[in-house]
Amino acid sequence: MFPARYAREMPHRYRLEAHKCKQCGKVFVPRREICDKCGATEFEVIRLSDRVKLVTYTIIHTPASQFKDQSPYALGICEFPEGVRLTAQVVDIDFADLKTGMDLQVEFRRIQTDGHEGILSYGYKFVPVI
Amino acid sequence: MEGIVGYGAHIPRHRIKVEEIAKVWGADAPSYKRGLQLREKSVPPPDVDTITLSVEAAKRALKRAGVDGAQLGAVYIGSESHPYAVKPSGTVVAEALGAVPDCHCADYEFACKAGSEAMFVAMGLVKAGYIDYGLAIGGDTSQGAPSDALEYSASAGAAAFIMGRENLVAEIEYSNSYMTDTPDFWRREHEFYPQHAGRYTGEPAYFKHVTGAAKALLKKAGAEPGDFQYCVFHQPNGKFPMRAAKMLGFTKEQNLTGWLAPTLGNTYSGASPIGLTAILDVAKPGDRIFMVSYGSGSGSDGFIWKCADRLAEVQNLVATTRTLLDERLTYVDYGTYAKYRRKILKNY
Ligand SMILES: [Zn+2]
Repeated sequence: MFPARYAREMPHRYRLEAHKCKQCGKVFVPRREICDKCGATEFEVIRLSDRVKLVTYTIIHTPASQFKDQSPYALGICEFPEGVRLTAQVVDIDFADLKTGMDLQVEFRRIQTDGHEGILSYGYKFVPVI
Repeated sequence: MEGIVGYGAHIPRHRIKVEEIAKVWGADAPSYKRGLQLREKSVPPPDVDTITLSVEAAKRALKRAGVDGAQLGAVYIGSESHPYAVKPSGTVVAEALGAVPDCHCADYEFACKAGSEAMFVAMGLVKAGYIDYGLAIGGDTSQGAPSDALEYSASAGAAAFIMGRENLVAEIEYSNSYMTDTPDFWRREHEFYPQHAGRYTGEPAYFKHVTGAAKALLKKAGAEPGDFQYCVFHQPNGKFPMRAAKMLGFTKEQNLTGWLAPTLGNTYSGASPIGLTAILDVAKPGDRIFMVSYGSGSGSDGFIWKCADRLAEVQNLVATTRTLLDERLTYVDYGTYAKYRRKILKNY
């Protein structure tokens, strides 16, 4: 991944930073400049909770090349209490134990490595609650 | 008064048993288990490294401290497995915790002593009044060469401590350091696995420094082993810390709570710090804890902690170290372990 693009995404990938519309309260990840609900342009920076609910998931058997060694893996869409949904891998769980509606928590993980020479990319994954 | 305001650990869920490693190399598992007093060790999956372990341990420490990442004046990580050869681990951790940009940051290295070094320095800066809160982390995802004795113990985990002056969970009473130049364990640049000097790693290295630091610390404090409810020593295996405790006059009971190596393995820079978190999870206000780390090369840092009233309020705010160590485990076979630890050479 290109270092400049990676660095721009750090606020939400590293620490779940979101923009909350000061007028209507809608929450956006990643951050944005104009609220698509009310058109306001002022936002408060908030950090999302680290407990989520699994909305839906799928098992990836034929991943993109950088995730090949991790196949098969579960990819889930989770909903945060703030109303936002994010997509990420669900790890440290048997596929048979995955249930929509289950509680999961967010954990900081290495997402990909750019070959032998490139940067290491970090971000969030979902794991069972402990 | 200065001391620990919050603490936390993180341990991967995957484990490999000594038998599983021994069968691949034709070794006698019972003699390894008896000799090293090890049953299994933690294994980091490919998406877990010293940085990710540090972030998770630090998040638990911040929750127990009731402190926001932005309040941290220093972020220090001690490890011998920093993911980058050049580029700090600490910047990633500080960014993930929201500690940037007004923060001092450094990575420490001193084999297995790097974590207690970070604690020593963060505590010193708090004492000096340079910073209000300092984060000190010891963590590793260490590797032993396949079939080497180290392969049975080298494991993964991290512990994090927020040092500060108010709302302490444990006060620092005394600390000291003891070091010499001792070539017992090393890894040259571009080498993948470390080398060690066999039996020389015992008496002239581990035991000399651990007991040397411990005796000097007891003298400094005017204390005796019986004055402490708990002790914790660096644990490269299960056997060494038990023997060091006995040599110094501590009992098995004092040593048991922080003695995690039999099922955790050797977490290197995380070893005695994670042991300390397991003690803090169950200690009572007023209890005194005696801690001595060890890092090859060689040196030991000693600390005497006295638990404060607030400890009881924070012990169960987040997952305890015993929970992380004992619950929801996934046992892997040697093939999976070899894949996870990138020991498989792909010739294509
Ligand atoms: Zn709005």
